[in-house]
Amino acid sequence: MSFLTTRGLTAHYGDFQALFGVDIMLNEGETIAIIGANGAGKTTLMRSLSGVLRNSPEMITLDGRKIGAMSADEIVPLGLAMVPEGRRLFPSLSVEENLLIGAYGRKIEGYWNLEKIYRLFPILAERRSSPGTALSGGQQQMVAIGRALMSNPRVLLCDEISLGLAPVVIRDIYAAVPRIQESGASLIVVEQDIGQAMKVADRVYCMMEGRVTLEGTPQSLSRDDIHAAYFGVGA
Amino acid sequence: MAGMTRSSPYEVTTRTRASRITAVAAVALLALLVVLPLFAGRGLIQDMFFILTMLVLAQFWNLLAGYGGLVSIGQQAFVGMGAYAMFGGVILAGMDPIPAILLGGIAALIVAIPTAFFAFRLQGPYFAIGTWVIAEVMRLVMAQAKALGGGTGTSLPRTATREMWATEWIAGALDVRNSAARDILTYWLALALAAATIAAIYALLRSKRGLALSAVRDNPEAAKSVGVDAGRMKWFVFLTSAFGTGLAGALIYVQKARISPDAAFSVTDWTAYVLFIVIIGGIGTIEGPIIGVIVFFLLQSLLADYGSWYLFTLGIIGIVVMLVAPRGIWGLITERTGIQLFPVRRRLSGGSLKED
Repeated sequence: MSFLTTRGLTAHYGDFQALFGVDIMLNEGETIAIIGANGAGKTTLMRSLSGVLRNSPEMITLDGRKIGAMSADEIVPLGLAMVPEGRRLFPSLSVEENLLIGAYGRKIEGYWNLEKIYRLFPILAERRSSPGTALSGGQQQMVAIGRALMSNPRVLLCDEISLGLAPVVIRDIYAAVPRIQESGASLIVVEQDIGQAMKVADRVYCMMEGRVTLEGTPQSLSRDDIHAAYFGVGA
Repeated sequence: MAGMTRSSPYEVTTRTRASRITAVAAVALLALLVVLPLFAGRGLIQDMFFILTMLVLAQFWNLLAGYGGLVSIGQQAFVGMGAYAMFGGVILAGMDPIPAILLGGIAALIVAIPTAFFAFRLQGPYFAIGTWVIAEVMRLVMAQAKALGGGTGTSLPRTATREMWATEWIAGALDVRNSAARDILTYWLALALAAATIAAIYALLRSKRGLALSAVRDNPEAAKSVGVDAGRMKWFVFLTSAFGTGLAGALIYVQKARISPDAAFSVTDWTAYVLFIVIIGGIGTIEGPIIGVIVFFLLQSLLADYGSWYLFTLGIIGIVVMLVAPRGIWGLITERTGIQLFPVRRRLSGGSLKED
């Protein structure tokens, strides 16, 4: 059953139009990947979904409810949490406080709590009293994911969680994705690293210049299809 | 946050061993300060009044700037409005000065609403200067209030101060003159206000809302994306500080019993000194202002005879501390020893984190 949908989603930064009528949908328990080159509109789409950017109410619906115009602090309690691009930890808070603040907008108890996050990423338990920003990039990314999970989201939005990390670190972080999926959360994963995205996703959307240019299951899409949708040229 | 850890071997706690000792010591100190007027002279009581009221102002400025990230240099607006509202209650409405202190807090809270409305449109240094300008406007407006003495100011009526609540009782019970009883009464009120302020700020910072406050200070957009309403947090902190500052201002002027716009809206007395106290003590901590106010008082006593050299010295010390120890004296102490008297950091204790 589709429960998160965008319909004709547009977004602007001043005079610049970043999204031109994007239609995507996410089923309960599903993981979708959104791939595309720099400037394709992936991050803008995530910012719209999470309420950082406001849109018209009817452009985004969650369980039939129009949430397009809501702000981030209204959307988190409804069950959408974002792992933002660049992690954005709170420098004056410890690792543990960074995680705890994630539960701020939470209205209901659910699967995730501090204990479960520490089991997912045991290194964070060791570093729990350190300032969040004293950690390595990969560990900071784990905190950012844990912080979003602490709100017990129904949908976890992951914006470029592999950005700037070494391949071995990316592999560690993606190793956690199946366990997040098992907890019942749906995921939207935005990636430039197509290989990682294809491994975890049930379906893939490819974006270019603010539009969805291709959609399908990882198995059904050929390299050439993706190449064409990604770069806008035939292979 | 308690619900999250229920039926689990884990417990989220902010307590440390030092904080338990602090709690015991604080109760003992408070008891000592309550009975202080029984054996202390009038001079000491007046000094303690000054220290306690400056401590209250410093705690509220610290809440605003150190935790809320709102660096205001216009807190004298709320001292002045609180004081003038108290004077208005006494002179125009015939109130007793003690309940009129509450009026001072409410008046400061009310003027803080339009102040915030304008000042929140400004960021960083513009916000700081904006708050100062607003305070200056209030000073000029109050100088037009002829019924409250206009530009030259006025005094509380003698009958009002003489018949102030509880003074007669204190004078009788402690066998002191009426004027000394007034000092003791205002000292007790300052003590109660300081204790309540520290307890309330400590409780706030240990709560979920305190964590959200730090998050907003660090990164407003990221705070929003975890569900914190950053705008509402700023309003909450600004209005709370205004209310507390207004109460302190009214109380200070009950004790002074004389007011003028220049004194009540003095940027030096009510903001520059307060900044100094918070910065040398340690911004963003509850301990900082306590240490800062003691250092400030000692410096003031030592340098009292040197006129403007006094201000000059304060300025130099402030700059040196900012450069050498940006987290203030308390910052240095915690770095060396790890002691926290009012710990607000949360830690998970108990249980084992191994996979079972």
